[in-house]
Amino acid sequence: MSDTRKSWSLHLAVVALLLALNFVLPEYHHGNLARVMVLACYAMGYNMLFGYTGLLSLGHALFFASGMYGMSLTVQHLGWSAGPAMLVGLAGGLAMSLAVGLLSLRTAGVAFMIVTLMFAQAGYLAVLYFGEYTRGDEGFVIQKASRQIMGIDLSDPMNRYLAALILFAACMLITLRVVQTGFGRVLVAIRENEERTRMLGYDVHRHKLLAILLSGTMSAAAGAGYGLLFGYAGATFASVQYSIFPLLWVLLGGAGTVLGPFIGTLFMFYLIDLSSDISTAYMLIAGVTLVLLTLFAPQGLVGELRRRAVRWLP
Amino acid sequence: MTLLSTRGLSRQFGGLKAVENVDFDLPEGQVRALIGPNGAGKTTYVGMLSGRIPASAGTVTFRGQDVTNMPAHQRIRAGMAYTFQITSIYGRLPVHENVALALRWRTEGDEKETAKRVADALERVGIADRAEQLAGDLSYGHQRLLEIAMGISQQPRLLILDEPTQGLADSEIEDFIKLIRGLAGEMTILLIEHNIHVVMQTADAITVLNGGQILAEGTPKEIHENAAVQAAYLGTG
Repeated sequence: MSDTRKSWSLHLAVVALLLALNFVLPEYHHGNLARVMVLACYAMGYNMLFGYTGLLSLGHALFFASGMYGMSLTVQHLGWSAGPAMLVGLAGGLAMSLAVGLLSLRTAGVAFMIVTLMFAQAGYLAVLYFGEYTRGDEGFVIQKASRQIMGIDLSDPMNRYLAALILFAACMLITLRVVQTGFGRVLVAIRENEERTRMLGYDVHRHKLLAILLSGTMSAAAGAGYGLLFGYAGATFASVQYSIFPLLWVLLGGAGTVLGPFIGTLFMFYLIDLSSDISTAYMLIAGVTLVLLTLFAPQGLVGELRRRAVRWLP
Repeated sequence: MTLLSTRGLSRQFGGLKAVENVDFDLPEGQVRALIGPNGAGKTTYVGMLSGRIPASAGTVTFRGQDVTNMPAHQRIRAGMAYTFQITSIYGRLPVHENVALALRWRTEGDEKETAKRVADALERVGIADRAEQLAGDLSYGHQRLLEIAMGISQQPRLLILDEPTQGLADSEIEDFIKLIRGLAGEMTILLIEHNIHVVMQTADAITVLNGGQILAEGTPKEIHENAAVQAAYLGTG
């Protein structure tokens, strides 16, 4: 079997497994997994830019929040239904990533990190400033009645899980497809050696910009999906914390792997969940585990797996 | 027919005139060596040819088109291939993917054709048996060959080699000379080279840069006998 076929089989099997889990998981874990899948979409969006293109952004909360507020504000204040509102969220993420991309790509390295961080902080402050509409830190609940697409009630746990799975599968298979194309390979080439890539005849700037658009829009899809499925939008999701999370998830799971972001998100979610059962100092336990992982699996869980055993993992 | 020419090409870094007013013509099909002492402006000059360094003044014409303001990646696509002075490959990617990246825009997503051309290019430089290795695991000499394979796989009109034999062992240099001679009929080659032996063995013509200006130009024999060149570069004797 060719590597491409193996990759598709593996990733489709993961989707099938997650679908099967829908019917067997206990209620608590069922809800968690739905949440993890949506957050993993955010991590996958982040991974497209960081893991594959090698651009470290500290401002992805801006894109996540663009999706979330693009969707929720149109539902809340314009009374749009959930489907079109999702599209507004996506469009918001696309527009925002275009603006941020055009400006921030004039910089590189540390300056790029700072510029993206600043844009995201501006976004966070804007959410607070327009508190009249966004209700700032306190946020607002999206009413159950609004959380429907084609008559399907997304607040119902079963529907919510399946909707999360559809979003997750879409993001994962898009990522898988992109990294197999010539475009995706050029992104990796840029990550590995930007100057060489330019001198092989590739428009590096254009590729980076497209990577930001894809990354930002996928992050926005996650933000919009999260708001819709869990019925809440608040300023926390635009804060710097939410810019750091996807970086951590991706690093843990394996930057530049298709499955890594999901594994990383899942791992971190349950690490905090389980350690908070043991002690109130759960962040300490989580922190030590993260340090150990960074020491012994610096390429992340899936990254290590690829390095040691499964070389064909995309 | 002239493939590449420059008129009044200059570059200043602050007060330093690295390259000054260079008029240069490279006929199609020639192997031209560009030599000169350290700091003569060779790398800066070639940087302006390939688009890595913007020119302060003057023009670059390639295949009859003014490319002075054309970005580097477009010049590559117009038919220039460039190898770096300091080996620049994708160390963490397999050898075959290094070459595939060099030519995928030519084959337009036809992976079969890509694989065939990759194999040809690696065969050509003699490292076909190492296609599956990570490029970073190759010996230094093989990395240099890989870089040349990346260049020739693009089937360029002009191949620019910036100090390709730097750091190679003597036996590797002899193989390199053979390789260049083999390529000579197929593409125009601009060779920036320190090793006079290599230059004398491969070049049809030589241009000598000194202090950012052209000091002399001619056949290897003429350059060898030129008193000014000897004084500036070759040493007397």
